[in-house]
Amino acid sequence: MTPIAVTTGTSFRVPAAIAPGAAINRDETVEVTIDGHTMTAYRGDTVTSALLANGHRRVGDSIYLGRPRGVLACGVEEPNSLLTVTRAKAETISETMLIGPTVEVTNNMVAEHVQGIGKLAETADPEYYDYTYEHPDVLVVGAGPAGLAAALQASRAGARVVILDERATFGGNLVGTPDAVIDGKPVETWIAETVAELQANDDVTLLNRTTVFGGYENNYFMATQRRTDHLDDQVPFGVSRERTLHLRAKQVVLATGSHERPIVFKNNDRPGIMLASGIAGYLNRYGVLAGSSIALLTTNDSVYLLAQQLAELGHLVAVIDVRADLSEAALQAVAAGIDVIAGSVVCDTTASDQGALAGITVAEYLADGELGATRHFEVDTLGVSGGWSPVIHLHSQRQGKVVWDHEVQGFVIGQPRADFHYAGSVTGSLSLGEALANGANAGAAAADATGHFSFATEPVAAAGHRGPVAALRMVPSPDGEDQDAYANHFVDLHRDQTVQDVLRATGAGMSSVEHIKRYTSISTGNDQGKTGAVNAIGVMSEILDGHTMDDIGTTTFRAPYSPISYVGLAGRQRGELFDALRKTAMDRAHEALDAVFEMAGEWRRASYYPRAGETKAQAIRRETIAARNGVGMIDSSTLGKIEVRGKDSAEFLNRIYTNGFLKLKVGRGRYGVMTGVDGKVFDDGVTLRLAEDRFFMHTTSGGAQRVLNWLENWHQTEWSHLDATFTSVSEQFATVAVSGPKARRVVEQLASDVDFAPEAFEFMEFRETTLDNGIPARISRISFTGELSYEIAVPTQYGRALWDAVAQAGAAYDITPYGLEAQRILRAEKGFVIVGQDTDGTNSPQDVGMDWVVSKIKQDFLGKRSYQLDDFLRDDREELVAIMATDKNSMVRDGAALVSAEDLDAPRPVSTSGHVTGYYDSAALDRTFGLALVRGGSKRIGEKLYAPAYDPPVEFEITPLISFDPEGTRRDGER
Amino acid sequence: MADLLPEHPDFLWRNPRLKSSYDVVIVGAGGHGLATAYYLAKEHGITNVAVIDKGWLGGGNMARNTTIIRSNYMLDKSTRFFDRSLQMWEGLDEELEYDFLFSQRGLITLAHTDAEVRESIRRVESNVLNGADAEWLTPQEVKELLPIVNISDAIRHPVMGATYQARAAIAKHDHVAWAYARKASAMGVDIIQNTEVTGFLKDGDKVIGVETTRGNIATEKVGIAVAGHSSLLAEKAGFQVPIQSRTLQALVSELFEPVHPMILTSHHIHVYVSQAHKGELVMGANTDPYTAYGARGGFHTIERQLAAAVELVPIFARAHLIRVWGGVVDISPDSTPIIGKTPVEGIYINCGWGSGGFKGTPIGGYTLAHTIAHDEPHEYNKHFGLDRYYTGHLVDEHSASGVLH
Amino acid sequence: MMLIDCPHCGLRDETEFEYGSQAHVPYPQDPQALTNDEWAQWLYFRDNPMGLRAERWVHLTGCRKWFNAVRDTVSYEFKATYPVGTPRPNIPPHHGGIR
Repeated sequence: MTPIAVTTGTSFRVPAAIAPGAAINRDETVEVTIDGHTMTAYRGDTVTSALLANGHRRVGDSIYLGRPRGVLACGVEEPNSLLTVTRAKAETISETMLIGPTVEVTNNMVAEHVQGIGKLAETADPEYYDYTYEHPDVLVVGAGPAGLAAALQASRAGARVVILDERATFGGNLVGTPDAVIDGKPVETWIAETVAELQANDDVTLLNRTTVFGGYENNYFMATQRRTDHLDDQVPFGVSRERTLHLRAKQVVLATGSHERPIVFKNNDRPGIMLASGIAGYLNRYGVLAGSSIALLTTNDSVYLLAQQLAELGHLVAVIDVRADLSEAALQAVAAGIDVIAGSVVCDTTASDQGALAGITVAEYLADGELGATRHFEVDTLGVSGGWSPVIHLHSQRQGKVVWDHEVQGFVIGQPRADFHYAGSVTGSLSLGEALANGANAGAAAADATGHFSFATEPVAAAGHRGPVAALRMVPSPDGEDQDAYANHFVDLHRDQTVQDVLRATGAGMSSVEHIKRYTSISTGNDQGKTGAVNAIGVMSEILDGHTMDDIGTTTFRAPYSPISYVGLAGRQRGELFDALRKTAMDRAHEALDAVFEMAGEWRRASYYPRAGETKAQAIRRETIAARNGVGMIDSSTLGKIEVRGKDSAEFLNRIYTNGFLKLKVGRGRYGVMTGVDGKVFDDGVTLRLAEDRFFMHTTSGGAQRVLNWLENWHQTEWSHLDATFTSVSEQFATVAVSGPKARRVVEQLASDVDFAPEAFEFMEFRETTLDNGIPARISRISFTGELSYEIAVPTQYGRALWDAVAQAGAAYDITPYGLEAQRILRAEKGFVIVGQDTDGTNSPQDVGMDWVVSKIKQDFLGKRSYQLDDFLRDDREELVAIMATDKNSMVRDGAALVSAEDLDAPRPVSTSGHVTGYYDSAALDRTFGLALVRGGSKRIGEKLYAPAYDPPVEFEITPLISFDPEGTRRDGER
Repeated sequence: MADLLPEHPDFLWRNPRLKSSYDVVIVGAGGHGLATAYYLAKEHGITNVAVIDKGWLGGGNMARNTTIIRSNYMLDKSTRFFDRSLQMWEGLDEELEYDFLFSQRGLITLAHTDAEVRESIRRVESNVLNGADAEWLTPQEVKELLPIVNISDAIRHPVMGATYQARAAIAKHDHVAWAYARKASAMGVDIIQNTEVTGFLKDGDKVIGVETTRGNIATEKVGIAVAGHSSLLAEKAGFQVPIQSRTLQALVSELFEPVHPMILTSHHIHVYVSQAHKGELVMGANTDPYTAYGARGGFHTIERQLAAAVELVPIFARAHLIRVWGGVVDISPDSTPIIGKTPVEGIYINCGWGSGGFKGTPIGGYTLAHTIAHDEPHEYNKHFGLDRYYTGHLVDEHSASGVLH
Repeated sequence: MMLIDCPHCGLRDETEFEYGSQAHVPYPQDPQALTNDEWAQWLYFRDNPMGLRAERWVHLTGCRKWFNAVRDTVSYEFKATYPVGTPRPNIPPHHGGIR
């Protein structure tokens, strides 16, 4: 779709002498291509101001009906102009669904309007995004006159102030307004001086292009600052494209302003029909005239300043004022020679061949709400003011009460929120004088609440008295009362929804605003109903008998206030910084050995160490053979370690573990299992008794944090009378386990002080020593392979030195580093459980072959009572067993489902008999084998099970849990 | 031009006057309550039914969920139950004569760790045995099915594979509620909105009526289906459910041309995302961890979720968040719903769906209706009663699939 | 992002804390003395009120101390935080506004 330029070749830029355009720099031109038209704009222009300045009024067609649409507004509330923008920077991707009036032009930018639906760029975003955290005394949202006055007052009182505004310029709608005076100065001067003072204050952060988009508990606010999009290609190094601000404010001043509303009438969607404030904005901010023959339609006095400007420029046709009685402002306009048509509305419009506005039908608006006599005006532009909606989003997001105000004709703050202050037109008042006064007072009150008292100094400006606002949101159709007569009365321009659509919803039985919103999709679009929502409620209140604006009520405002990019919110949480990655002290040694890594919680661990030409399976097999027949070494540093101290430590552990710890001797260790109070296994490990009152607990690698939390929870909340403290020392020690029949020969070379004879250094004992190389160490005889094993733990900084020392000492025995893959096989051969692999959070220790670790004599331990619940007494609980495929070479995947013989060919669905928790190729057993959780497994030894997902299904025999060396003859290694 | 969504029927439901007595009163006009009324009328011929809601019908979690329909659970009991629900979904639009945009577009659940791979295989193979469709995909197969997924090894949690359920679906949530409401209303069920149940009238341990903000209603059978507020209603009725109410947040982007024709989920980094018919990306994450009725959560949850989304699907980088909302969900100890009888005779409850109630709408309504009509659970919900928390016979999906190592 | 007043560290962001469900539900003196139903009740059932609730929280990435809090489950406002082992302060419902 190529939008048509309705008027081309004409510049609509007003001479600087008449309307300089406060947001643009006429000394710097910018070349842009918009919808295929290359044009010249000024620095500071937006895509829509550039379009209008160059005579282009159409901004694409509507999403479903394909009707031509033009620019409606001059700000973030714009529903029609949605763009895909590609900026001419080295590192950038195109961005879609940007709101035209918010996109500042840059040189060689290419912008294309979309038809309500964006197109995402197909490549990743290479740009850089970051976060900051701010803790102001006072957060001022909006830097219009009220916000500036508030920030000025609060900062002068000594408060730390953050003031943020979504636009590029400070001063809000005041910017560029002719003839306005504050404190006797032209507004531009007052704004410039105020901004300069705020910027000079180290305790003030004043940011433009920064949208506060969400408000959360305890005055936590989210904002996004767009830092580089307005720059051509001179982005300073290291400056993020967007910054997400996280603000915790003591006090908040909402000076968020208000959005003008359109009016719903027949054919109210043509290019050229704008908000009056849009016309004023383009004129005052950008020096751009929206059209050449302009009429204004209003329910209120806010258009009369614009009317005067347009009249002076010679482009005003008439003002159609809904109010029958002329207000003071209207009377002044009449006195100035402006044609004010009172008590009238626009009831229809005509279009040019190209679909743009060509004329309006003005009708008398009778007292009974009916239309009277009509007149036609040829105009190319209609500015509409249906009243103003205060921007109360942040108030509402914080559950602030919102009520309909009949005088304002808008939803307003029902009741101020605690720690909130409100200033400017968000209060419903459109008076500059009031905005400045209540801005200064809000700033003073907010600062005072943070301990910074001051007397408010109110900047002085004309009060700007306003007349009443007419309650009109929808003009009756000139074509009668049928639904069809309302087919072109647009309520939501973005979603292309009309009064007819609302009528269909109410006709179907709907009476709730939420139902109608969902039936029609009104207010759910890109603009989230900023201009359309109140009119939708107005239309409903007219359709539904006996309903008023008050009792239909507005829908809840939800964050974000305006669209915010995903990637900006992701910030630095991308790529390798998405999550922490933990490496052990020996990590580089593993890298040097070409290890393949896998993750264990946040830790990366060596999975296996392939040598040149080896497959994964060959490498793993070699590693297991070394550990079984010679000697192997593994980095066990990642196991969680918690030191437990205090005279009641043994008693404490006795309550936590399922087995007994009171009688554990100093110098020895014991394996223990922890269960939740529900009796289900959640962690395990060996705990050493270092002294009567001091234990050293090992946990699983992934469970260290959780176990520490568990211990502290029980200690602090239930058993604080027990003398025990818990210190995480996981990171303080690096550990190498040396395992295999020749393990003793290796460790003997490292610590000549220690007598490693099996009788002198028994299984489950440990020794504190200093290695011959001077490193202090604790050596424990703990085995996870069934072979003779020594775990050597040293302070972490010596981890690499230990690894190298072990490797050197073992070189003569061809010591072989082995990874987690080999360890999984070695332990499975012995039937040792890996919590989290062989358990899944539903198993008791008894289920996984560890009845022996559950004390029968202890009065209580955490989980014990649950074993009397019926569920633990059933005989079909899943139990851990070993399985052997009938074909000793068959392999299945870990996790494979198992069924019994009778279910193998039965029609589905059938229940599983269990699943394989790990299946391996075992060199020691000279066959494949695995572990499985099988219903009633311990009572089904010898039975056949099948893995039906394989073709042909793999047949297994259930065997006892321990497959290798069930008598434990290898524990003491070679003699 | 974008395609218009299907037109709604011209008439949806009656707005009747509340009567003084009904055979059955259903508390809660959400998806489950409305479905219960529909199946009471259709399957059991019980049409003298009121469905009462304190707000607008379908306005609770039905209006707030991310509409994912799947049956790839871990445990046999769960898979059977949810696959039965999925089977009911298949054809429900025709049965209810309402095009609610049911779209079986397939669900990819990514695995990022060895443990997740093992768990995924277990899930796939047991799903197939239990009659649900499931496949295991290699990273390359993921890429072929859904090219937008980043399968590079260069990210922090590389994709190691995925489970795939082709029959998994999305639907237009509101319209499902309206479809049930329309049919139930047409069969004589009274849907009473903006009316709160404030108490229960009992004769001993037997219910004889409900108190509402519009007066009392005599009835001997009450079904409660008020996800998020189950504990409060149970308390009014004089019993307790093992539920905690928590916030689950969801969000949408603006509309985009189609880029994501499936449903993508990662448990490991907590995000699920689909692209709805109109074109918006619909996303959800974990529940916020604390008990909450405020239907709003912390934004840090959203930031993390968007980071996860951008990691997995880099082209989402410059999508924009346009709306975030929250719902109040029932969290049960085993993350499995509770549907059945209660300690009060004549009161039946449907609750505890966690974040997954939408997919269970048909089966939840069907089994609650059966339980009400027969005063006995159906075969489908016999394992899902409140009594399981006293016997320990949990259907512990959370533990079975949620252990991190 | 709630702001939680740790009794030991003062006001800190919610993300430093972990939630521990209902407070004042002590581990039974003698679990063996309970019936199965009583044990199951302790194990799986907790109050779930709309409004004020006494809860357990722990300042996990701060002082690591458990404490109790009275919080409004609708407004999320913390009405009081107090050490473990001290009684729940008597706070009338609807005290103060939504923060």
